This record gives sequence, C-alpha cells and structure tokens, in this order.
Amino acid sequence: MLMLDKALKGSRRYWTWLLCLLCIIAAGFCFYLRQLDQGLGITGLSRDVSWGLYIAQFTFFVGVAASAVMVVLPYYLHGERQFARITILGECLAIASVIMCILFIFVDLGQPARVLNIILYPSPHSLMFWDMLSLSGYLLLNAIIAFVTLRAESEETPAPGWIKLLAILSIPWAISIHTVTAFLYSGLAGRSFWLTAILAPRFLASAFSSGPALLILLCLVLRRVAGYRVAEDAIRKLAIIMTYAMAINVFFVLVEVFTVFYAAIPEHTAHFEYLYLLGSGHNLAPCMWISAVFAVAALVILFTPALRRAQLPLACILVFISLWLEKGLGLIVGGFVPSPLGAVAHYAPTLPEWTIVAGIWSVGALLITVFYKVVLSVREEVES
Amino acid sequence: MRITRKDFLRLSGLSLLAAGCKQAVRSVNQPASGARAASTQPVRWGMVIDLGKCREKDGCSACIHACNTAHNIPQIANRAHEVKWIWTEPYATVFPSAQTGYAPQSDTETMVPLLCNHCADPPCTRVCPTQATWKRDDGIVMMDWHRCIGCRYCIAACPYGSRSFNFEDPRPSIAGINPDFPTRTKGVVEKCNFCEERLARGLKPACVDACPQHVFTFGNLADPDSEPRQLLRERFAVQREPELGTGPSVFYLV
Repeated sequence: MLMLDKALKGSRRYWTWLLCLLCIIAAGFCFYLRQLDQGLGITGLSRDVSWGLYIAQFTFFVGVAASAVMVVLPYYLHGERQFARITILGECLAIASVIMCILFIFVDLGQPARVLNIILYPSPHSLMFWDMLSLSGYLLLNAIIAFVTLRAESEETPAPGWIKLLAILSIPWAISIHTVTAFLYSGLAGRSFWLTAILAPRFLASAFSSGPALLILLCLVLRRVAGYRVAEDAIRKLAIIMTYAMAINVFFVLVEVFTVFYAAIPEHTAHFEYLYLLGSGHNLAPCMWISAVFAVAALVILFTPALRRAQLPLACILVFISLWLEKGLGLIVGGFVPSPLGAVAHYAPTLPEWTIVAGIWSVGALLITVFYKVVLSVREEVES
Repeated sequence: MRITRKDFLRLSGLSLLAAGCKQAVRSVNQPASGARAASTQPVRWGMVIDLGKCREKDGCSACIHACNTAHNIPQIANRAHEVKWIWTEPYATVFPSAQTGYAPQSDTETMVPLLCNHCADPPCTRVCPTQATWKRDDGIVMMDWHRCIGCRYCIAACPYGSRSFNFEDPRPSIAGINPDFPTRTKGVVEKCNFCEERLARGLKPACVDACPQHVFTFGNLADPDSEPRQLLRERFAVQREPELGTGPSVFYLV
C-alpha cells in the first residue's frame, strides 16, 4: 500500500550504494552517542561561537526543501507539462531535506530528550516555535502530495482534485519556511551581521538557486544510472531558474556589502572583515573566497550560450558548493565572530561534528535513493 | 421546545441583566483588592556599580569568588567552555562606543564587572522556545534548568554575552559543592539570577555583600527613595548598549 516494497528490489549496485550510506550513518550515530554522553564539548563550538555547522546545515537544507516550489509552481500554477516528470522528484527532495533539517536541529540540542518541551510549552513569541510549525506542516504537505499523486499514477487513475489545492497551498508554505528561518536570525538586535531586512530575500534567492542545482544534478544522475527520461526542456527551464536566482543572490550580497562598508559602522564591518580578510589567520576566509569565485564562475558559464549547454553539470556543482560554503558555513559562524564583547573566537568543526553531519547527509541520500527508486519503479510498471 | 422570537429576546435581555449585576457586585468588591494592590509596592530589582571604588587591579575578586561558591559554578580550564555569572572585562571592551581614543591606557584597561543585565525587555526570554527563561514581576530574568532544551537561541539573542552553556558535565569541575544551591547538568544554559534565592530570604546578592569596597549598590529601581535611585539621581551613570532598547537594570558609575 505504501509502495515501499518497490524499494526492496534492486540491482547489486543499488544495494552497495545503500550499504555505503548505512555505514556512514552508523559512524555518525556512534559519534552522536558520544556527544550524547560527553556533551556538545566534543564539537568545535564554544561560548562565543555557540551555533556552528549543525545550525548552518539546517539553514542550508531549509533552502533546498523550499526550492521544491520551483518545480511545483510552474507545473501546478502555470501548467508547464514538461515538469510533469520532475515535480514529484522535487517534492521527494523536499521531504528528505526537511527530515535532514529536523535531524540537524535535534543533534544541536544540549538536552535532546526534552525536545517535546517545544510543544508542551508553546511559545509564540519565539521564532523557533513558528519554524517548527512551518517545517512540520511543509513536511506533511509534501508527503501527502507526493504519496497521493504517485499512488494515483500506479493505479493509472487521475490524481484527486484536492491534491492540486494542497500543491498550490504548498507554494506560499515553501516561501514561509525559509522566511521564518531567516527571521530566526534577522530578529536579533545584538547580532549586527544578521540584523538586515535583506536576509530573508537573500535566503530565498540562494535557496531557489542551490535547490534546482541539486535537482538538475539528481536528474542527470538518474538519467545515467537508471535510464530515467527527463525532458531536456524541463532541465533547461530549471537551469534558467537557477541562473537568475543565483544572479539575484549575488546582487543581494553586493547590496549588503555596499551598505555595510559605505556606512562603515565598525560593528557591521567587523563580521565581513572576519569572513573575507585573507592572511589574518581566520580559517573561514579561504572558504568564503572559494564561494565567491565559484559564484562568479558559475554565472559566467550560465550566461554564456556556448558554455551553458555543455557545462551545465559543472555550473550546477559550482553553484551548489558556492552556496553551501556561504550559507551552510559562513553565514552562521560569521554572525558570532566577533562576539558582542569583541572576542574573535576560532571555530573549526571537529571530527565527531563532521561525522555526525556526514551521517545526516547520508540519511538524506538514503531517503532520496529510496524515494526515487519507488517513483521510477512505479513509472516503469505503468509505462511497460 | 420551540423558542419564539419573543422568548429569545426575553432570554437575551435577562442574560444581559444578569451579566450587568455580576459586574456591579464585582465592582463593589473591588476596593478591597485595590487596597491590597496599593500596599504591595511594585518592585524592579536593579544594581549600580561604582567603578571608581573597585580594587580589581589590586588583585581583589571577592565578588566573583562569592558568586562562584554560592552558585556551584564550575571552574573549567578550557576557556571555550567557561561558565560565568559575574566576571570582568576591560572598560574599552564593555563600552566600545564610549571610547574617545585619547583616554589614558590605565582608564581603558580598567576592568569592569559584568553580569546579566536583567533587562526590562529581555531579548533572551523573547526567543526561548520553551519559556525556560522568563522575566519575573520583580524584573529578575530567571532560568529553569529542568526545562531548558539546550538550543542556545538565548545565547544568540543576548547582546551582552551574559549566558553560558554547559558544554560538559559541570559537576566534576566544582571545587566544593554548596548543598543549598542546585548544580546543573550538561547541555543547559545558565546565567546570573540576581541571587533570587538570597532575596527570598531578605538578603542582598552574594557579590554585593562580599565586596569590601561597597562597589555594588542593590535595591528597588521602582522605589524613588531606594539607594540605587538616590545614586542615579546624584551621579552620571551609563548602561551597556541601551540603544538596543533592552532596558538594562545594571548601571555603571564611571
């Protein structure tokens, strides 16, 4: 009934891949048990940098989850038929991403056993309460939409009409999850790096670029390993969405840079100097410059007609890495350094931290593999 | 039974009348409770710190020591994992916007005692997703170490760096455990509680009593005749980053 049985029949290559992922998950889980036992002291976090890789990864994957809207919107709202074969892939990606987000929050908690206190003592004045509501609602919406449409497809019946309503509801909902996530940071008076109204628009722009980049790459992988036909036209349209979202994101960053450096309020410039000044011994600066160079390189490829057709996968990889470094690392750590008392603390994720993060990534990859396996099996059966 | 329009109107009128009577009876009773409210003065605990009196440079740390022993604060060697309720930082760090650039080094390097500001509008309590930290009617910003989930959102929100997280089990790092005050567990946030446990017994905070120079003046900011209010009338005082709108209850005489 759940169609998950279709994930149990696969080639040797499929099972080897799943086994690899399970091994990484097991390694991450072992380190998590150690963190549970010894406390968050085994991470690189400190008094001054109290949020790090976990929260940054959470932020990044909220963006990937929200980006499903970039296939749902053209398909359900504008009737772009060529998105028919990838809409459900986008929704499955959103489901896996939201589950990763929940896991990233969970491993960041000092007292995970008490996590249900968020529901037991609902606090509407906290943005975290709203983030929980919007993320769980979004997960539910996408799970229902993906499941019902796929089952209708397997039974060769049209999907019920109310699914379209849910899909349209999921569009503003996707915008809301990332807006609320940006508000988590941009509402803090004491953290001048995040205290900017451009943060939410910037989050959305980077999400609508990094998400489609990942989805294009996944489609290309599916085409190669499973022979899944994705219309060239759909990929081209996704690439256009990714290109303009990336351009808008770069524009937003430059707008922020202008405001900060022209106004030159020390409290505001200090964070950018920490993140981008090379040679000052700060370990993040090289990452941030790699991110900047990759962003420019990706835009050059994507805006040059001769290059963008041949080099699309490379451009997608550049976009994804660039935004992962910017949002999945620098944006959170940069907000904490210097601290309100001017301390420049050194933050470098530790081996346990990286392994736990790799474990959660593998959970995401495992979910995506299983979901896509089910989708592809259903479609193969219907088509044969 | 059918209710006619006439019945309905009659019933509505009677209900309104009854509600009105209840209101009238309540207002007759009001003076008693009003008198009770007048007898309890509003309280907002606050502190004035006279930096000129502090003998920190002569090696005195009586206030910090008193707080540490009273509250079972662990002494953790790794600075990244430090837990502190009251500590000192140089004047130039604490009041960066008050620097002229021409003051003598001895002034800018003067150490200033820091603690939770017990803000009138605390950003930390606003962001807490479980109400594990909240503001009491007397202005003290409290922590419930049994409810805190350790998300550290309050640490991100506090503009004063007044909150510490237990990155490890604090108990092995406490020199001698004071049985009158709870110890904490790993994975929760903690901070200065203005010694609410001592206030409940009619005592002043431990740091106030421990200071041999009487640097700290503690009292009710809502009472115009209180000691801190007198000091604030007579002398020029500053707060930490008042422009953020937090309304700190800790004042510094510079």
